[in-house]
Amino acid sequence: MKLELQGITKRFGSFTANDSIDLVVEPGEIHSLLGENGAGKSTLMNVLYGLYQPDGGRILLDGKPVSFSGPGDAMAAGIGMVHQHFMLVPVFTVAENVALGHEPTKGPMLDMATARAKVREISERFGFDINPDSVVEDLPVGAQQRVEIIKALSRRAEVLVLDEPTAVLTPQETDELMQIMKQLRDEGTSIVFITHKLREVRAVADRITVIRRGRIVGTADPSAEQSELANLMVGRSVALQFDKEEAPTGETAVSVRDLTVVDDAGLRTVDNVSFDVREGEILGIAGVQGNGQTELTEAIMGLQKNVWGSIRLGSTELVGRSTKQVLDAGVGFVPEDRTHDALISSFSVAENLVLDQHNRRPFGSALSLRLPRIRKHAQEQVEEFDIRTSGTDSPVGSLSGGNQQKVVMSRALSRDLSLFIAAQPTRGVDVGSIEFLHRRIIAARSEGTPVIIVSTELDEISQLSDRIAVMYRGRILGIVPGDESREVLGLMMAGYTAEAARAEVASGSTLANEELAAEGDIA
Amino acid sequence: MSAPTAENENTPTLAARIGRSEIPVVIMAFVFAFLISAVLILISNEDVRQSATYLFARPSDFFRASWDAIVSAYDALFRGAVYDYRARTSTQAWNRLIETLTVATPLIIAALGMAVGFRAGLFNIGGTGQLIVGSAAAAWVGFGLSLPPVIHLIAALAAGIAAGGLWGGIAGFLKARFDANEVITTIMLNWIAVNLLAWLLTTAAFRAPNVLTPQSPQVKATAMLPRLLGDQFRLHLGFVIMLLAALFLWWLMSRSTLGFRFRAVGENPRAAQVAGISVGTSSFLVMLIAGGLVGLGGAVNVLGTEHSLNDGIAGSIGFDAITVALLGRSGPVGIILAGILFAGLSTGGRYMEGQGVPIDLVAVIQALVVLFIAAPPLVRRMSGLNLLTRPRRTAAAKEA
Repeated sequence: MKLELQGITKRFGSFTANDSIDLVVEPGEIHSLLGENGAGKSTLMNVLYGLYQPDGGRILLDGKPVSFSGPGDAMAAGIGMVHQHFMLVPVFTVAENVALGHEPTKGPMLDMATARAKVREISERFGFDINPDSVVEDLPVGAQQRVEIIKALSRRAEVLVLDEPTAVLTPQETDELMQIMKQLRDEGTSIVFITHKLREVRAVADRITVIRRGRIVGTADPSAEQSELANLMVGRSVALQFDKEEAPTGETAVSVRDLTVVDDAGLRTVDNVSFDVREGEILGIAGVQGNGQTELTEAIMGLQKNVWGSIRLGSTELVGRSTKQVLDAGVGFVPEDRTHDALISSFSVAENLVLDQHNRRPFGSALSLRLPRIRKHAQEQVEEFDIRTSGTDSPVGSLSGGNQQKVVMSRALSRDLSLFIAAQPTRGVDVGSIEFLHRRIIAARSEGTPVIIVSTELDEISQLSDRIAVMYRGRILGIVPGDESREVLGLMMAGYTAEAARAEVASGSTLANEELAAEGDIA
Repeated sequence: MSAPTAENENTPTLAARIGRSEIPVVIMAFVFAFLISAVLILISNEDVRQSATYLFARPSDFFRASWDAIVSAYDALFRGAVYDYRARTSTQAWNRLIETLTVATPLIIAALGMAVGFRAGLFNIGGTGQLIVGSAAAAWVGFGLSLPPVIHLIAALAAGIAAGGLWGGIAGFLKARFDANEVITTIMLNWIAVNLLAWLLTTAAFRAPNVLTPQSPQVKATAMLPRLLGDQFRLHLGFVIMLLAALFLWWLMSRSTLGFRFRAVGENPRAAQVAGISVGTSSFLVMLIAGGLVGLGGAVNVLGTEHSLNDGIAGSIGFDAITVALLGRSGPVGIILAGILFAGLSTGGRYMEGQGVPIDLVAVIQALVVLFIAAPPLVRRMSGLNLLTRPRRTAAAKEA
């Protein structure tokens, strides 16, 4: 099916998210929509899927104009969507999830046999290896994503929209997904592939449309240079990689021994973890989301309840301390979920910049705040970190995600630190600002501060780290040098130990897409 | 999706700004409440109902009766709450406004206390209980102790604050230590306080001798809040205390470190926790301060207005304070205005009753005003104010 979008415009108040966008997706092509977070990709797809009504423009399927008042209409017309966050019922089986909303019936009864048969048929056709009777919550993330794809295909989707599908996958699962995408294309399905990762676009797309600030800024061929795509995406030239000078590493500053964290349900989220970080060293913690990295950083910050083991910062034991005491010991922290854990959206930029220091000199005393000093501090930080805001008194919730992240980073970096911990330090930040924030992290390291970076983006980990610890199911599977190859890291993220991963890579059997994996580049 | 940045946010037109502002919403809320109330007044009015039976024979009777009913009811409301132009002396005429302010005083102080909780994300329903223990403690110091003039008054007020703070603090402690829901604990503490007072009034320490109803002795003159405008007006020093309390709320919430923590915990407890703020300690202190303010309201009520304790001392102030705090958007100025409005509806309501409007209907009118003010989008839609904020398509398209 041929999909055409003509002059699609979508406004939210005075903000134009999509500005007369034209897009043509030919039958049987993988069309990649490339753009930074907040560029308007998801808005455009939500318009296509009937979740938003456009303020202007029209949608044509095979040359005929259509209009959707909801996802139901879009699905009936043959458009399927796999959202970034899966829309599955965790306690249902695969067949039940696929049937949900379109349940086959026999009289008044559900006809689960038909539903099962359908899942099996699609699964076999594309080699998905999905059992229709598995309960969804027991499946790995990559398999859950395939269930989403089966769901779309079972409703005869001829245009499949994949919204940032690789964000939750290991590198190996990403490779598998790309194989699936190519297979679907060869069977005639049109695919719209939304992403901000240049490497993936080049590996799989037939055509690339770059979108920036709600407008189409250009189309490119998959053979285009990465730097060219990055420049189109950001709107100016960016350094994709820069050399960080070797910093002389000093004494061991942080030593974690036998750290175990148990959550409320009694599960060991961090399992007997030990590592050291030296002064002037960046330790990267890699891993697929949800393998204990969050709990590890929270344990250091005194935010987890059931913690055993030892975390020594210099001569201070941090286990058993309150969050305030840990902060007072000079630990700077950037949590991974800024809206939930780091910012108070109705508070002003200035207030958020002193959230953890409001009662300390020079910003306040035990009794009252020093508003002029807080304001001055905010102006300096906004200047230094290039935070785009209409004023330091604006609520932080009115800033774009990238600028909110800069507020969090500048708050953590603006004081004397004995340890800096950042989880997903550049999530949702545009490519240009990533470079700036990375330089700031490296500057902190070069001053001798020990740094712990948690990231699910392999590229970010490789770019920053002096050493890399890979976490898998709460354990550290190994600590490898910062220049370890992507393949080895990818296998470790899937549960291989360092030695096993190296042996596997040496035998050369694993990776379907050598060219893809060999490139070290930005996310 | 990224939010609008400074560059693409165009300045709103004057019409849009009027449409968005709060003042027209409040005005229109009154208009709608009075319109609907007018219908209710008509239905309940004897003359109107009688003339309606021969509406088609002599419609003029019906319309005259309707007009008279509505005008006399709202006229009474105005005279009762603001200025009684029919009174013989100007003192009596102005007395109504002064009375409204007197009634408003404890209500506003209690509402300021409620606002502390709301701003910190705690739904304190314990106004009644905190008010009762505050009144009881202040009254006991007032009639039970003999102290020199100024000191006696200060001691009585302090006792009210301490008792209210203790009562709120219990709920705060349960919240902080055991994560007990403050809605439930404060409601239960209300019942405990109500029955504690009923029991106290049977004991020798509290029961006034030689009276039939359960009532305490009068507080001594040294502990009474002095009247501000001479003996013909009931307005007392509590009015000034109320203004100081409002100033305190402003300082607490926008200038103090404690208030900064309260607001942070109220808006996003998780982010506050990550920033090293103890959510439990904050909850406890919030309830302590909120209870203290409400207790002060109870003390002011008993030492300034009532002068003795009886089992109905809290009246509906505890619950009205919640409404006033919400109506005033938990800000000091808003609460003062909302409190005066509420008191005015109640003092004016007494006059309306004299004009044949049933007392129940007065309460309905009060409720309607509050209901409309509490639902700005409803008022905007009903009055067409929302049309003003709608962006003009052509202009927006051109700018883009």
